[in-house]
Amino acid sequence: MRKLLFEILVKPPLTESAPAPDDSALAQLARALDQASRKRLGRSLAIRQVDAGSCNGCELEIHALNNAYYDLERFGIRFVASPRHADVLMVTGPVTHNMREALERTYAATPAPKWVVAVGGCARDGGCFAGSYAVTGGVADVVPVDLHIPGCPPRPVEILKGLLALLA
Amino acid sequence: MSETRTPTPVIDAPSLGELLQSGRSAAEHRPWPRTVVDADTWTLAAECLTQGSITLLGLWGEADAVHLALVDEQDSTIGVLSLPCPDGQFPSVAEVHAPAIRLERTIQDLFGLKAIGLPDARPWLDHGRWQNRHPLGNAERISVGAPRYPFLPVEGEHLHRIPVGPVHAGIIEPGHFRFTASGETIVRLEARLGYVHKGIEGLMAGADLALGAELAGRVSGDSTVAYAFAFARAAESALQVEAPYRAQWLRALMAELERLANHFGDIGAICNDAAFSLLHAHCGVLREQVLRTADTCFGHRLMRDVIVPGGVTQDLDPDSAAAIRTLVAEARRRFPQLVDLYDNTASLQDRTVGTGILKPQLARRFGAGGFIGRASGRAFDARRAPGYPPYDRLDFQVPGLDAGDVDARVWIRIHEVEQSLSLVEQILARLPSGPVREDIATAHASHEGIGLVEGFRGDILVWLRVGAGGRIERCHLRDPSWFQWPLLEAAIEGNIVADFPLCNKSFNCSYSGHDL
Repeated sequence: MRKLLFEILVKPPLTESAPAPDDSALAQLARALDQASRKRLGRSLAIRQVDAGSCNGCELEIHALNNAYYDLERFGIRFVASPRHADVLMVTGPVTHNMREALERTYAATPAPKWVVAVGGCARDGGCFAGSYAVTGGVADVVPVDLHIPGCPPRPVEILKGLLALLA
Repeated sequence: MSETRTPTPVIDAPSLGELLQSGRSAAEHRPWPRTVVDADTWTLAAECLTQGSITLLGLWGEADAVHLALVDEQDSTIGVLSLPCPDGQFPSVAEVHAPAIRLERTIQDLFGLKAIGLPDARPWLDHGRWQNRHPLGNAERISVGAPRYPFLPVEGEHLHRIPVGPVHAGIIEPGHFRFTASGETIVRLEARLGYVHKGIEGLMAGADLALGAELAGRVSGDSTVAYAFAFARAAESALQVEAPYRAQWLRALMAELERLANHFGDIGAICNDAAFSLLHAHCGVLREQVLRTADTCFGHRLMRDVIVPGGVTQDLDPDSAAAIRTLVAEARRRFPQLVDLYDNTASLQDRTVGTGILKPQLARRFGAGGFIGRASGRAFDARRAPGYPPYDRLDFQVPGLDAGDVDARVWIRIHEVEQSLSLVEQILARLPSGPVREDIATAHASHEGIGLVEGFRGDILVWLRVGAGGRIERCHLRDPSWFQWPLLEAAIEGNIVADFPLCNKSFNCSYSGHDL
């Protein structure tokens, strides 16, 4: 283990420089967020992730944000275990009927001010699951959505761009 | 081939081949036979499952029939028995063979067919939140209202219950776990799943093959390649076409890259759940490198929608092949150090060795696939037997262990990483040239096909009936997790609550793949 740790010390870090915030996401947010609440949040975000029916593809890429290449925590963004600690709910999936109440209750448990970021194509309109007897058809049908990050799944760098737009 | 078989006790069980001959053979079912049987043969098959002479591969319904996919592991015979249900009921297989319980509860929920004798009559995927009861059978509109779900009773002094989920503390899929503990020790775990049921089999009905492949690739995101692979093989079997030779090899290349990415991720995540985050960080780097290489080569990090019936949508250019060679060389250099670290960290071994033991007889009885089965003495690997191209031309080993604990499941993954690296090298060295996609002619009659493909967590079964005009009439997708989730409940018994995340991660069952 010591050898491995030593190697890490002498090698340059893998972490890459931050991408520019997504312009369209910025524009979307400018309408939704006012200056005062941004000031209140400062430069940190606590995120509670909720899988409301995804295929788990989005979860894999959200997970990747924590790896050494993206190193999400350097931006003051971190995932938290409880909605009570969260500023942001990050929701994936077409919202199945079986998950609807759990999502509503998680939203209710998140203290205001709060934002909802919907991640992935299904979270917008149900994606290829739209029209099924078992799905609602998009996160916005259940809780108000402030930002949508498209993709199936979006690449981690795209999720990161969206989150940085929240902080900008 | 040897004709000898180990003698089975109690009754002289018929072989799967004999069972498949005791009924009317269904035409246009490939590559393995399907036989329409009567209730007596159906019940006899259930007895054979109980005795262990054959293994359950799948059990699914239609509006007026049920189907039972079986494998004889001694000679790799595979076949499907079908029982018509004109009066809306069938004899329960689960009455004598527990692995079928949740499958039959699902058939009752989705199709409204009644399993006579089913020991657990509670609904499974239906949480009372859909507008239709029996949505895939004779759907009846009902008023939505979630009834209380009765968990199994646990009796005894000083027991307490811990309800967990469906929304968990980490970035994971939703499911509910009901622990009953005596102090720190778990005396019973009962899972309740179905939260991410999307109705995929309902969406399949009436879809064309292109949409079907898209849906199949979204059953479980971590296995998108394996699902698309299995779906394509089922469709190609049904329509009697073969993907071009080069496409078959590219499919295997993607399947092995997917296995590598998932195993790297899992090994790190298991160590992370034992609070050893250093390995998590390093394995996370390896995983990310695989995904980035996949993105470079196939235009998608998870290689989604690349495998389609008839071939693949992306060819591999020489630069991409070179990128994969670099990836493999890097992994070969870095991974042994990480394995060494895992093997020589006493505090980590203290958590994984002897934790969450799954007994070999249970793994065999449930037909558990993947690293879960192979860590508990069941060597089944669909790449080896029944096998499919190009694996019949590749050299690889199927690792096996008997300990059945978290440590064994880590080691199976480690050995499979080594095998997959070798497979990727072999595929790149011998990749045939030629086209990668062929048009699939539209069928003029009904055809049926099965695909059985080894995903990273076990064998994925896809059963497909394509009607005239190329529309899907019925498609069933069986995730390996169906036969693994119940075993987690057995493996966790007697362990402490704090070891549940570790055990759960070492199983890494799919919620979405199971819930469909």
